[in-house]
Amino acid sequence: MSDRLSVFKTYKLYVGGKFPRSESGRVYEVTDAKGNWLANAPLSSRKDARDAVVAARKAFGGWSGATAYNRGQVLYRVAEMLEGRKEQFVREVAEAEGLSKAKAAAVVDATIDRWVWYAGWTDKIAQVIGGANPVAGPYFNLSSPEPTGVVAVLAPQESSFLGLVSVVAPVIATGNTAVVIASEKAPLPALSLGEVLATSDVPGGVVNVLSGRTAEIAAPLAAHQDVNAIDLAGADEALAKELEIAAADNLKRVLRPQAVDYFETPGIERMTAFLETKTVWHPTGSLGASGSSY
Amino acid sequence: MPTSPKFSASLGQGGAPTPTAHALADVTASDSTLRRFLHGLPGVDAVGLEARAASLGTRSIKTTAKAYAIDLAISMVDLTTLEGADTPGKVRALGAKAVHPDPTDRTTPTTAAVCVYPDMVAVAKEAVAGSGVKVASVATAFPAGRAALEVKLADVRDAVAAGADEIDMVIDRGAFLAGKYLKVYDEIAAVKAACGDSARLKVIFETGELSTYDNIRRASWLGMLAGADFIKTSTGKVAVNATPANTLLMLEAVRDFRDLAGVQVGVKPAGGIRTTKDAIKFLVLVNETVGEDWLDNHWFRFGASSLLNDLLMQRQKLATGRYSGPDYVTVD
Repeated sequence: MSDRLSVFKTYKLYVGGKFPRSESGRVYEVTDAKGNWLANAPLSSRKDARDAVVAARKAFGGWSGATAYNRGQVLYRVAEMLEGRKEQFVREVAEAEGLSKAKAAAVVDATIDRWVWYAGWTDKIAQVIGGANPVAGPYFNLSSPEPTGVVAVLAPQESSFLGLVSVVAPVIATGNTAVVIASEKAPLPALSLGEVLATSDVPGGVVNVLSGRTAEIAAPLAAHQDVNAIDLAGADEALAKELEIAAADNLKRVLRPQAVDYFETPGIERMTAFLETKTVWHPTGSLGASGSSY
Repeated sequence: MPTSPKFSASLGQGGAPTPTAHALADVTASDSTLRRFLHGLPGVDAVGLEARAASLGTRSIKTTAKAYAIDLAISMVDLTTLEGADTPGKVRALGAKAVHPDPTDRTTPTTAAVCVYPDMVAVAKEAVAGSGVKVASVATAFPAGRAALEVKLADVRDAVAAGADEIDMVIDRGAFLAGKYLKVYDEIAAVKAACGDSARLKVIFETGELSTYDNIRRASWLGMLAGADFIKTSTGKVAVNATPANTLLMLEAVRDFRDLAGVQVGVKPAGGIRTTKDAIKFLVLVNETVGEDWLDNHWFRFGASSLLNDLLMQRQKLATGRYSGPDYVTVD
């Protein structure tokens, strides 16, 4: 058999359920841990960020309005699709992070398990942090968690796949929609994840993946008036400070960067960080006539 | 550059008589002269027209030019609500928005007008009193235009009596498509008479229902001959509304009409223009086709409702450097 020509993959952004190139037309070279060229990734501009926010906002109504049970099924479906493309992700993670094949396989397994873990939480988180409150009056008083809205996520720089999923899954599990900035050095697993999401019942716009210079894309997102929260996991100290100041203008919720071992089972903090609590007072029924004291 | 041929030049090439102002006086003498004139208009080069409109849409308008264009576009908006469910409260809210489009920034220009159904004119008039914002009213059995002439005229008189500054009439597309041009002409002339001196008349062709560019060109000339102060693309109630191509065609018609008859007529694309980018494309069309004489809300308007919010968000972005969002404009 003669030698085949190589078929290189064109990595593209994932915005609004579609795979556009960067509006700017720019790309940058992505290398493996040893500095060998792997592929060109889109170098997103602030306009790509703006378009992603529009897509995320458009998707928010449907996704936050879907039942928690349905969201759980959709997230579980993501895990199923990942399972089928494991080999590709093992290769991409190994190249991106300079891991041995066995180590990379362990990372991918942990990542798939992370999706399943969060898929299970979608319809349980409300029982844990919501509920009926005791009040001294003839009322039912109920608290229920609600998604915050559009969340900008700066994915961790080092853990290009497990770290990415560990910050994105909790955001969408609770009904938010996300604009994700992939790891600057290793964006390929994130861009491939877009392809998985597109084929796994996640409505377009719920997750939008941008690649490029984190500082360049994050600045307009932090200042954007239609972004409700920002997760700074992938920002260094100086950038995080700058973004937090920009985010103050419309009182965004900010999750500061913190040291995390992504292999450990996470708590529910990443989910509660982007939930708001709605409390409803409701008069109890028969009190007026009977005069019963509640 | 592929442009549609200039009107007078191509008439000459086609061998048809070059019309003069004198000739225009006779064309409406009878149904047959009118038909001969309208069918003698040069055919539209559809491919050239669309290519020209598309190429003008690629201009990049940035920074100060963009700021100018946004303010100009805001001042050209006919803020419209034409729903069966319109309430006096909704019309009042619309009036307040027309007067102060962005309450957080009082340097924002007012819109040109609010556009409502005839029975809401009095309410709208009160809501914009003293602000310079005009009140436009659709009339003549909008949007279908299927009613007897007397009914249509009564509709117009009612709106004018209530204080409407502008009347947006629809032409009888059925009569136009059946070739009864004089009937359409007489109807427009009668409505124009009913408007009197107090109201300007906008004539809506519903370009989406005229099916060909040739028909749009004919309708434009017919409307202008009959005394329209404005020609307007659409009602916003059918699938195809204002497009850059059909607006460009109408702009060419008003340009040629002014050359010929010495009368300037305004143009109003309506329906389907939702973003600042779209609006700026239309302004480029105006500037490149008819020039600065039309870059004023006396001669060019946008019939729109959601466009204004996008213009305001872009204006806020230019002012603050931060992208704005729908939380910072009204929900209409």
